[in-house]
This record gives sequence, C-alpha cells and structure tokens, in this order.
Amino acid sequence: MIDLQRIFTHTEEIRHEFGPPPPVPLKRGAAVAVIKNPFAGRYVAEIAPFMDELKPLGLMLARRLLEALGTGAESIEGYGKAAIVGAAGELEHGALWHAPGGYGMRETLGWQDDSKATRSGQTGNALAIVASTKKVGAPGTTIDVPLTHLNASYVRSHLDAIEVRVPGAPAANEVAYILVMSLGPRVHERLGGLRVNGITRWDGQR
Amino acid sequence: MNAWGDYGSTESLGGMVNGEVSVSAAIRKLVIQVDETHSDMGRPVEPPTRRALAMAVIANPFAGVYAEDLEPLIAIGEELGQLLGAKCVAALGIRPDEAQSYGKAAIVGEGGELEHAAALLHPRMGAPLRREVGGGAALVPSAKKMGTLGTAIDVPLGHKDAAFVRSHFDAIEARVTDAPRANEILVAIAITASGRPHPRVGGLQVSEIKGQDGLR
Repeated sequence: MIDLQRIFTHTEEIRHEFGPPPPVPLKRGAAVAVIKNPFAGRYVAEIAPFMDELKPLGLMLARRLLEALGTGAESIEGYGKAAIVGAAGELEHGALWHAPGGYGMRETLGWQDDSKATRSGQTGNALAIVASTKKVGAPGTTIDVPLTHLNASYVRSHLDAIEVRVPGAPAANEVAYILVMSLGPRVHERLGGLRVNGITRWDGQR
Repeated sequence: MNAWGDYGSTESLGGMVNGEVSVSAAIRKLVIQVDETHSDMGRPVEPPTRRALAMAVIANPFAGVYAEDLEPLIAIGEELGQLLGAKCVAALGIRPDEAQSYGKAAIVGEGGELEHAAALLHPRMGAPLRREVGGGAALVPSAKKMGTLGTAIDVPLGHKDAAFVRSHFDAIEARVTDAPRANEILVAIAITASGRPHPRVGGLQVSEIKGQDGLR
C-alpha cells in the first residue's frame, strides 16, 4: 500500500539567460511524491511487485504536473524522471520507479496509432525512453533530473536537466519519486544537431 | 558597465511577457512551488496542509553602485507584491480570501547591499499583496540576506489576520539553484491555505481571531 506523505510541485518560467527573450518563456517543472519506504531498514529480496502498486502514483504525478504547468498533454515537449531514496533504503528502491514512472508519462502524454499519423509522419507520442537519475540521500538532497525530447532522445535542443529538491524530504524511511516535464527547448538553444522538425524515424531516438 | 556587469545587461528585458502584467522589473525567471503534507508522524493530515511559494529572479539595477534613492526598487517591490501574490493564490487554486498565512523574503546577490532587499520588501509590497489575499490585518513577516547562487532562505509565515495565531507560525524554504547571481536579487512570497500539519501547542486559535489590530 502507498503511504503518501507529501506532494510537492515546482514550476519554472525562464524568460531569458541574458540573451534575447523568446516570444514565449520556457516553462518546465517537476512533481514529487514523498512516500513511506515499505522496505526501509532491512533487505527485502522480492520488491518487484511494488512496481505495480506505484503505477497510480505515476499517473497522479503526471496529471498534477500538467495541472501545475497549466497546460495540456499536447504542449509537453520534454520529460524525465528520478528518485531519491532516504538513508534507510537502498538504490534499488529508487529503481522501482522505472516502470511506473514511465507508465504515468505514457498514459498521460502518449498515443500510438499509424492511422493517426500526422503530416510529419508522426505515428505516436512519448516514444523516447524517459531519461532518469536516482540516488540515496538525506532530507533536502538535490537531484539533477535529465530532460530529453519525448519523441526522439537525440534532439539536441531539448537535452537539459532540472534540479529538484524537496526541503525536509526524504526522511530516512521515505522515498521521493519524481517526474519532470518541459514545454520547450533550452531557452537560448543554438547548437544545431537533430532538430524537432528533423525527426523522421519515430523510433524514440531520431 | 560596472564591476558587476560581466554577466551582461538585462536592463531592457522587462515589460510585457506572454500577455501578463507589465512589470518594470527585469525578471529572468519565475519559480512556483506548492508543498502539500498528507501525513506526518504516521498520522494522516486531513485536509492536507498546502503552502505555495513564488519566487522571481530580477536584475538589481543598483549592483555595484551606491544609490541614495532606492525608489526604482521600491516600485519593483510593489509590482512583485501583486505578481508573486497572484501566482501563489493561483497555484493553490483558492479564492483570495481562503489564504491563511503569508510571508516574504529576498536574497541580494553579492553586487548589491542588504538595503536593496529592504527597499523591495518594506515600503510598498504589502498593499498589493494584501489585495491578492482579500485583506490581511497582520504584519507580513519577512527575512533578508546577502547570498549567492543556490543560497536558501527560510521565509517566515504568520496568519494574515492575527500575528499571534500560534498554529500558523511556520517557515518555508526558498531557493533557486542558479540565483541570485552577483547582479541579481531573488524575491520570494509565500502564501498558505493552512497552518502546520498537527498544531497542538495552544495559544491563540483561528476561531478566536478578532482581526482588528493585526495581532489577535
């Protein structure tokens, strides 16, 4: 059972970094659920079934994040996920988030349908792997959560990271599970590489 | 160009952005957070406590120079009282009069001085902030400090109608990882829709507020 302690949302509106402000500021954000770690303080061999229990949490966080960003799923261009495990837990408890975190993203942002293919050839959405980081840390530990374009990991303009930190969490017997999303590329991206309009394979990478 | 100008000028970057209120402050970024506590010490918190924090990173027009007249910062403080207050209330999704406690703070980058925080926070920020929360007889508690990128500040929180309400004495930590740079100031306003998770240390209760003198 999920024993929810806190929900924390963080959004940023970046207007410039001393360069020309884009017409629309870059918005990005994070949603964090702090829950009691059911495996804290001991080694438990069979932890995998907990991944299914985390699925509703993944869904809830993705929806809460869209709400905090004040936008719909169609505006999301980048995503990522992370976990910070409190000191009485192990890194593997953070790894539990891979499947349910990705599930929450794809249920909220994704679709796959050849018949719906857009003029650009897009046959689905949320096709790219949801990049991730994880660590064991004390309350207030920061984690840099990677951001990549949600349909093609190699899109250079969207390679980014957002720092997430919840004051006071995770306590030793808690885990902080995190989802992040962005509405656009880095605010002054200008380094070429694969562009969004250059995605052709729709294989999650290019 | 002064000693702190190496980061580039941001003087002309304020104004209308994305159709929002016109702010003469040169805002580099806005950060909004909502913190909900659903359970504490093994006991459910019902309804969950909800606290919002809105932060603006602005250019300090007086970085590296001593100015006797700080009116431009005072005017920016007035604008930010409205903007950040509105952001908090919107993030909480409440009616203005449902706001319960508030607080404010500023961190001045090393090219500025503590008095710059005072200019933003004290002369004219309160009135527009109170308009955003449907009034507020109590002092808006505040904190200020000099700092650098990633410096954290604990924004004090007190009940908006009566400063002595003990269940609402609290603080929320404000921090932006890449601010304030030397020529910037981080300005924060916090607004809540609740007190602490399990208040039980007595004192003046919300039900006993008279709301006249700002204290009780």
